[in-house]
Amino acid sequence: MADRVMMKGNEAIAEGAIRAGCRYFFGYPITPQNEVPEYMSKRLPKIGGTFIQAESEVSAINMVYGAAGAGARAMTSSSSPGISLKQEGISYIAGAELPCVVVNVARGGPGLGGLTPSQADYFQATKGGGHGDYHLIVFAPASVQEIIDLMYEAFVTADKYRNPVMILADGILGQMMEPVTLSEIQDLKIPAKPWATTGMTKGMPQRIINSLGLAPEDLEKINVRIQQKYQEISKNEIRYQEEQTEDADLILVAYGTSARIAKTVMIKARAQGKKVGLFRPISLWPFPTEEIQKLARAGKHFMAIEMSAGQMVEDVKLAVNGKTTVNFFGKLNGTIPTVTEVYDAVMKCFSKGGLA
Amino acid sequence: MLLESIFAGFGGQGVMLMGQLLAYSGMYEGKNTTYVPSYGPEMRGGTANCSVVVSDEIIGSPVISEPNIVVAMNRPSMERFEPMIKPGGVLFYNSSLIDVKPTRTDIKVVAIPANDIANKIGNSRVANMVVVGAILKSTSIVHIETVMKVLQEKVLTGKKKDLVGINREAIEKGMELV
Repeated sequence: MADRVMMKGNEAIAEGAIRAGCRYFFGYPITPQNEVPEYMSKRLPKIGGTFIQAESEVSAINMVYGAAGAGARAMTSSSSPGISLKQEGISYIAGAELPCVVVNVARGGPGLGGLTPSQADYFQATKGGGHGDYHLIVFAPASVQEIIDLMYEAFVTADKYRNPVMILADGILGQMMEPVTLSEIQDLKIPAKPWATTGMTKGMPQRIINSLGLAPEDLEKINVRIQQKYQEISKNEIRYQEEQTEDADLILVAYGTSARIAKTVMIKARAQGKKVGLFRPISLWPFPTEEIQKLARAGKHFMAIEMSAGQMVEDVKLAVNGKTTVNFFGKLNGTIPTVTEVYDAVMKCFSKGGLA
Repeated sequence: MLLESIFAGFGGQGVMLMGQLLAYSGMYEGKNTTYVPSYGPEMRGGTANCSVVVSDEIIGSPVISEPNIVVAMNRPSMERFEPMIKPGGVLFYNSSLIDVKPTRTDIKVVAIPANDIANKIGNSRVANMVVVGAILKSTSIVHIETVMKVLQEKVLTGKKKDLVGINREAIEKGMELV
């Protein structure tokens, strides 16, 4: 039977990973994600796993590189400044085409920033972050239940494409508690990894994992292959949720905590007779471009809501491509948009002589 | 049914526990519920607060801008959160420690001498449970037996088992106040 239990978002990240077969965690403490390593340090040793508190973020991500190269389901978690430190390792892992999961429970920046929730790491997560032409697959949960579910999806998807997957959350999602349903642990079918460096036996061909392509032609080949992989991911891994978009005049576009706030705003606006819908990207890369395009072609207008100066809104604008209007409401690092102020911004959209 | 509540006070007054009790009780009664604690700089400043939503519907924002219930265990908390209360909402304030009166006239105000009552019962640490009792009585949001069940299963376990009685007494005293 499925249990309904109360769980903190950070605990759900850890429990979700364990349920997905993750047995190797490497991390370095930082608020607001400390319950992730705390939970892992308690649980992993009891189930045959390994928890290491590394001496730095750089060290932790390279431990993930090693464990993933040996074929294990491995992860690290951190928050914004710590994720910046991991970028070199992330680029290497993407270049070496290894599956792993990196969790960012984001907080305000730039620099050391603050401790409160933020969505200002969208560019870093979806457009690179480290060097080179690579992409992370980025999932953005909006509830504690979805954290559990997406952690499983993250490990499966990482293995499927041999690509690192990032879970992009924020301080509110990490700290908040909600009831979750823990279904029975699925029969884990971790795929065979014939490329993993698990030690050589006689007659076995040598396996090499690196991200090196000194000869330009070789590096080109690697890049072409990786880009083909990204095209396939873009076709298969788009995730999103739509609510009341069909008859909507204005569609709020938001992910994570902002999407929760947007949902309440939508309900409030609908009660006032304003046709407002909600489009929630769950995969931030690949971004649900075509789905938003379709809505724009149907004449819908948009408002992106983010805890940033405006990052995801650029992807919304690229999708809408001038067909209708794209408005923006943002709160700068460390403050959370209130239902009241987003509602006021939505009403202003309707009042300024129609939406167009 | 939608309850949006904020609990606030000094660290150590048990405001996070009050919020968690309500959130767990809501879950035990099959409702949807969210609990968001203050963390980071606020926490490090010595005051604590948490936001709890309990609803029959799926919960949108876990972050509350217009609470219908505010619990203020000390004066800074009352000064900060009284202005946010939705007209018609309820302010529960700890009149043992707060020496000023709330100023709003468009909300219901419930003064609870929480520390005085707790001291009379014999344990100053159950002041928060007195307030919980007052909330239960005036909102009927969850049943007292559900709260007791959560206390017994999640909080007062092991050595703390002996404290179940005094916590119940505090909750009942709080209920009598309203």
